[in-house]
Amino acid sequence: MSKVWIITKRELAAFFDSLIAYVMIILFLGLSGSFTWLFGTNVFVLGQANLDVFYSVAFWSLFFFIPAITMRMIAEENKGGTIELLITKAVSDGQIVAGKFLACLILVLIALVCTLPYYITISQLGNVDDGSVIGGYLGMLFLAASYISIGLFASSLTQNQIVAFLVALFIGIFFHMLFDVIGAGLTGGVGEIFSFLSIRTHVDSLSRGVIDSRDILYFLSIIVIGLIGTQIMLSKRNWK
Amino acid sequence: MSVVVENLTKKYGAQKAVNDISFEINTGEVVGFLGPNGAGKSTTMKMITCFMAPTMGNVNVEGSSIHADSESVRKKIGYLPENNPLYLDMPIVDYLRFSAEIQGVNKKDIPNRISDMIERCGLTAEKHKNINELSKGYRQRVGLAQAMIHDPEVLILDEPTTGLDPNQIVEIRKLIKDLGKEKTVILSSHILSEVEATCDRILIINKGRIVADGSAEMLRQQSQGQELLTIHIDAGKGDVKKELLGLKSVETVKEVEGKDLWFTVQSKPDTSSRKEIFDLCVKQKWYLMEMTGIETRLEDVFRNLTN
Repeated sequence: MSKVWIITKRELAAFFDSLIAYVMIILFLGLSGSFTWLFGTNVFVLGQANLDVFYSVAFWSLFFFIPAITMRMIAEENKGGTIELLITKAVSDGQIVAGKFLACLILVLIALVCTLPYYITISQLGNVDDGSVIGGYLGMLFLAASYISIGLFASSLTQNQIVAFLVALFIGIFFHMLFDVIGAGLTGGVGEIFSFLSIRTHVDSLSRGVIDSRDILYFLSIIVIGLIGTQIMLSKRNWK
Repeated sequence: MSVVVENLTKKYGAQKAVNDISFEINTGEVVGFLGPNGAGKSTTMKMITCFMAPTMGNVNVEGSSIHADSESVRKKIGYLPENNPLYLDMPIVDYLRFSAEIQGVNKKDIPNRISDMIERCGLTAEKHKNINELSKGYRQRVGLAQAMIHDPEVLILDEPTTGLDPNQIVEIRKLIKDLGKEKTVILSSHILSEVEATCDRILIINKGRIVADGSAEMLRQQSQGQELLTIHIDAGKGDVKKELLGLKSVETVKEVEGKDLWFTVQSKPDTSSRKEIFDLCVKQKWYLMEMTGIETRLEDVFRNLTN
């Protein structure tokens, strides 16, 4: 565990030294803040004391931001050759992947924590359903973790960060939108399967404040499959 | 035995990059891998350092096998890969701390190890800089420092002096020689003088196989086989060439082109003709003006073996 944390610390330091962290947090807060409070169908237009507007903005902005933070995680090391140095230290491939995953997750967590003032403000305006807020944030966190896992996998496929970014978006868009669309277009069991595969189904279900084990299982499956895929790509060098 | 390599083979597709290599290295030896580009030097090192698994064969480092206990092998090894990849955006001290932590150095020893390495690798003046602000020579020192930070028993350095200027090369070589007093060092190079200057033992690798193994001295002798002398005799009378050929220990005599009374004499295997030539000159009342042994240069050995 401590090895994982050493990797995480280094990656977090790299995020903050290279300004990626600040840019990401400021953009995220700027976007979600302005749509929640200022533009379009904002909180005042809706006149409801909930965070639904914020969730729907975060839903899309995380989709784009996360590949931007994960794209360099492994692709950059592949390109610079530092992966060779890292792998030949006394640390396992799994610890490397876990460390990088945790670093990205902590960065997103920091961004999400920065939006807590939204909740505090809105709770002054009316009665907020705390259960749905907790569920909503949990949904965002799981969504982020799933996309980080996919993003890391995309990053492990290539030496090119732009390719990694686009591959992550490509895989992500299926879960984010396409499965939903396909599921709505089909009827019966097949349609239900696609609806189940859509990430929106599960985020929505969590944000209603109901924590269902099926939703958690869904997110955990994406996370685990992505991380295992990443680890397989890393240990590909060991294939005989 | 510090490093034992047994039947190591690596295939890339149908091509064998490393073909059934076996050797043993004792503790405290400085061994040089010498070979043309693409001979399999780096691939061998990558397998010893557990970066990639061999197609066949095994490596034991201080009693741990790369298959059974890869993590403890990696802990015992300090590795400087080819082209010295580093996290360029990190400050030197942070990077060394990261390397020390991940190699499992005791927390309370880390500050000491870092300052020790910085001093030893001559980084004192630069220690507050980011790695991307350093020149190539200093980056190489950071590479060495991170390899040695956990005081490993075995150091593996892949072309440690490429791209350095002559002064830096001399310094790095001196550092490697110092290290070799207490540690096992394996380095690779295609620069012969470098290997000759730093290594106790040389392994010449060509097309994935070891074609020669020994000290620079031994390799020269082996490839030379028979003694070769250049002599210059100031003879008053008599046929010098014929007399020389008459000696028991002499195999061939060739006149040196363009020079009168200069000869290249090859002795028969395992004999020296120096004394007989001297005696002959005394008997014939000739003056022996010059007699020099011709040493095969390592370049020639290398070219013979790898061409």
